Amino acid sequence: MTGPLFPQGGPNMGQPAPRYEGRAKVTGEARYPSDVRLPRTAHACLHLSRIGRGTIRGFDLTAARAVHGVIDILTHETVGDAIRQTPAIYQGGYTSDSLLPLGSAEIAHWGQPIAMVVAETYEAAREAAQRIVVTTAPHPSPAVDINAPGAETRALEPMMVQAGDFDAAYAAGPIRIDARYTTPAQHQNPMELFATQCVWEGDRLTVHEPSQYVNSVKFGLAEQLGVPADNIRVISTHVGGAFGAKGFLTQRTALVAIAARRLGRPVKLVATREQGFTVSGYRAETRQHVQLAATRDGRLTALRHEGWELTSRADTVAMGGASMTTRLYACPNILGRVNTVAADRSTPGFMRAPGEVPYGFALETALDELADRLGMDPVELRRVNDTQTEPVGGLPYTSRSLMRCFDVAAATFGWSGRSPRPGSMREGDWLIGWGCASAYYPAQAGNSAARVRLTADGTAHVASAGHELGQGMTTMMAQVAAEELGVPLERVTVSLGDSDLPPAVVNGGSAGTASVASAIMIACDAIRARLGVPRDAPYAALRAAVAASGLAFVEELGEARAHGRSPESLPDMYRGRALPLGGVELPDRVQFAMGAQFVELRIHRWTREIRVRRAVGAFAAGRIINPRTSHSQLLGGMIWGIGSALHEHTDIDQRNAAYTNANLADYLVPVHADISEIQAILVSEEDRLVNQAGVKGVGEIGVVGVAAAISNAVFHATGRRLRDLPIKLEHLL
Amino acid sequence: MRSFQYSRPSSLTAAAGEMGGLLAQDPDAPAAYLAGGTTLLDLMKLDVARPERVIDLSALRGELGHVHPGATELRLGAFARMAEVAAHPGVIADYPVIAQSLALAASAQLRNMASLGGNVLQRTRCSYFRDPSWAACNKRTPGSGCAALGGVNRAHAVLGTSEHCIATYPGDFAQALLALDATLVLAGPQGSRTLPFGSLHQLPAATPHRETTLLPGELITEFVIPARAWTRRSLYLKVRDRESYEFAVASAAVALDLDGDVVREARIALGGVATIPWRAHGAEDALRGLTLTETLAWTAAENAFAAARPQTHNAFKIDLGQAALMRALLQAASLEIRP
Ligand SMILES: Cc1cc2nc3c(=O)[nH]c(=O)nc-3n(C[C@H](O)[C@H](O)[C@H](O)COP(=O)(O)OP(=O)(O)OC[C@H]3O[C@@H](n4cnc5c(N)ncnc54)[C@H](O)[C@@H]3O)c2cc1C
Ligand code: SF4
Repeated sequence: MTGPLFPQGGPNMGQPAPRYEGRAKVTGEARYPSDVRLPRTAHACLHLSRIGRGTIRGFDLTAARAVHGVIDILTHETVGDAIRQTPAIYQGGYTSDSLLPLGSAEIAHWGQPIAMVVAETYEAAREAAQRIVVTTAPHPSPAVDINAPGAETRALEPMMVQAGDFDAAYAAGPIRIDARYTTPAQHQNPMELFATQCVWEGDRLTVHEPSQYVNSVKFGLAEQLGVPADNIRVISTHVGGAFGAKGFLTQRTALVAIAARRLGRPVKLVATREQGFTVSGYRAETRQHVQLAATRDGRLTALRHEGWELTSRADTVAMGGASMTTRLYACPNILGRVNTVAADRSTPGFMRAPGEVPYGFALETALDELADRLGMDPVELRRVNDTQTEPVGGLPYTSRSLMRCFDVAAATFGWSGRSPRPGSMREGDWLIGWGCASAYYPAQAGNSAARVRLTADGTAHVASAGHELGQGMTTMMAQVAAEELGVPLERVTVSLGDSDLPPAVVNGGSAGTASVASAIMIACDAIRARLGVPRDAPYAALRAAVAASGLAFVEELGEARAHGRSPESLPDMYRGRALPLGGVELPDRVQFAMGAQFVELRIHRWTREIRVRRAVGAFAAGRIINPRTSHSQLLGGMIWGIGSALHEHTDIDQRNAAYTNANLADYLVPVHADISEIQAILVSEEDRLVNQAGVKGVGEIGVVGVAAAISNAVFHATGRRLRDLPIKLEHLL
Repeated sequence: MRSFQYSRPSSLTAAAGEMGGLLAQDPDAPAAYLAGGTTLLDLMKLDVARPERVIDLSALRGELGHVHPGATELRLGAFARMAEVAAHPGVIADYPVIAQSLALAASAQLRNMASLGGNVLQRTRCSYFRDPSWAACNKRTPGSGCAALGGVNRAHAVLGTSEHCIATYPGDFAQALLALDATLVLAGPQGSRTLPFGSLHQLPAATPHRETTLLPGELITEFVIPARAWTRRSLYLKVRDRESYEFAVASAAVALDLDGDVVREARIALGGVATIPWRAHGAEDALRGLTLTETLAWTAAENAFAAARPQTHNAFKIDLGQAALMRALLQAASLEIRP
């Protein structure tokens, strides 16, 4: 790569400030939740079910108890009713699934926690957990995946999208595409494991846990334990990656909390990498069906996208990506449908661009099939169908720069040098393939609050219970306060990741920056208003104003209400219910960030290894507060997309739904050698409507469309259209 | 991981003596040698290996950590690290298949830690072997069955399998040793001996838990690789699901002695597709004395897989293995060999 490692900014972009906590992280000073040392800590280890669905007949704990240092073993027999059944997030509650932790002898799925050992050391806890003997009565034929005979399909009527008359238009379509696609189960595998530490002081509980939403942990636990929420504090200062897996309260937290209460000492749990595969949610496998009809000049006349998503028996969870893929292109006749398929598996959840990655793969591959059938350049096909009005409800996009992204990325990539015929580009024994696809992600925000304090010495402090997942939240918070108040950046400090701070939205749905930045702006406006200092006043004037006020500091709370939320919804954020809203869910408009992905790959003529050589993405996402951290998010997303297309795949044993590659040696993600040239371009875009901050968010869009660009490039290289992910060499032999 | 006793003898004699003493008391003593630990500790954490006694051989690196490429043979101490051998200029120049098989294996961290002796004795990556909650695994628990037969078996073997075990031998270095006719130097409680490398690994047959012909307590001390007419025209081709840090889906170690385009001698060993490091004698025979063309390479490759037996998810390994071998042969033939 040449030139600077990150963009220097541009119109409607802030400064590429280095990470606020970067030094602490690279020197090891940053304390992640499992690094916090509490005196007299006991260590916990989970024992997970090794059968699929079934019933526990009994435990033999003799060998486990005999391990030196074992203190306590929790099972459904010993936990009793210490934990209450509460609704899952999908029913308006807080938990990531609705199974009661150690609630009964029933086993719903392989990998379900069925016991937890607490011991003096981690080693003893782990050894004892391995020595637990469980007698079970397995169900004779659990439904292991989306294709299992015993799995139950249910249509989700509320997720249906309809415009015009699809059937008639499709039947009349001069050019038609009808194709089925599948995407596999995938797991987030954040670098930092799922850890929880709980300590009680009297009737007050402190939880140290990596989280994307400390307040959902706090209020959910209060419900589960029957403890006043005011008595619970959740701290999550640094999070070592989350990607949706740390979004909501999992079963483990209540178990650790009650273990700590039983023992009267702090208890620490760090689930193993393998356990992480069922301790939290994951990207469920999907089947999809896309039908397109178009005129000979490429205008879409009919579009149907139907998805089937795997879910658990306990929870009906669907990412429902068809609600978005049906609104991206101009088309008069549309049908979108989503179904769930319930099987004997753990409850899926959110994984980076949860609906957009699988559904985007299908639609954007189908469009490439259409372009090929039409003999049309795939970029031009997108141009012909580009629109500033969402086609189902006729609502305007707040802004949409899809074709600008395509043009910038295509020029950078050198797309005009493409030889369109499949198999026509070669280098020695390698077949070369070029492919492209659109990227999109809903611009969302949730109600959030932030407190800003300006002190007489000219320093400022920003506090909000937002989360630093490595994405740059801390840096962003400091930057926004610095810019809004005119305080030098190095004089701003930040607190976050603590449920005692003003509440923020769940850090998901790429809504974190948009939501928290808006709240900080409101607080800063209030401070300036109180001091009577105009917007662009110099720093000296600001300091003089504080001094003149005679106050030691001026502090204001900003509360930002997301567009589409009612004023009555504001208090919800004080109860752990600030969820993102936007995209296609608004009554008056649609909001999306857009992008274009281009990929060059090579495939060996004989052995068929598929290697990505170059990837260029261009993204327009409203205001970019920090081009450096945004760029890093987008690069990471694009790399994730490469993995999602070529590597990531959770293997499921057909007998009991065991995950047979639940470790990082066998669950493949790209390594450095898989990523050569990669470029993420920030396309400047101004959107004054989307939210106070003008921010659309870049956390997820980088992943979207990469898999389709890759499958399209594979087609271009080989003439083979592969519709099932991941694409592996055996599919090309 | 279960608790165990640990010792670190200071010499080969002391190590073999210590193990000999344990075995004299109990021929099935649950004792294990430890080198780099990247296989053994891994399996102990998974509760697959349960030694009560661990004899750490790291002190033997001084005695047996050498890398000596000579004009007639290459001598490698069993405790040399993978990374050291892979980076040694003499090995790279004159025994390229050895250097490449090591450089393309595992990750930089593992190569810095792992020893050559431990490498050839690494255990299979079969998921059902590595997870003791699967009761059926003949390799782990003799007579218990084989969970992989009805399970996820894309990574499993197509050559050398039996109805009792289909686990792939996962390593890379072993194929290079096999292709170059290496010899092992062994030492143990019963004294020293040499063994052709090709006689080290055993087919699973009805006893998949018996993986090698090493005697109880026997140690690998050295690898001796003769320099022959085909040694320098040798290479290791590894096909895998990602570009680095991944086991072979199929691999080929090949060495050729050419007279113009005519094959005087060929050496072929296959990895990723077989239950043990797999010497393809038939393919070698098919090449000998003939002009190496694409067609001939295919014929040899077909021959190498004539006896292959696919499982539910790995039939592609037959085509892939053939393609890998043919690619390796043509690539080896095109190498510029300096005099
Ligand atoms: C994630 C991962 C990826 C990997 N990828 C690859 C790969 O792509 N290719 C590849 O080839 N390998 C790969 N490996 C395997 C790795 O190369 C081996 O684990 C390593 O070479 C073993 O050497 P060690 O010294 O650490 O052995 P140890 O773990 O110390 O020992 C392994 C076994 O050999 C025995 N032993 C060790 N030394 C001797 C001796 N001198 N005499 C007798 N017995 C001995 C031990 O008792 C033990 O049973 C990978 C491993 C991991 C964990
Ligand atoms: S293939 Fe071999 S190692 Fe794997 S489960 Fe079967 S017997 Fe065990």
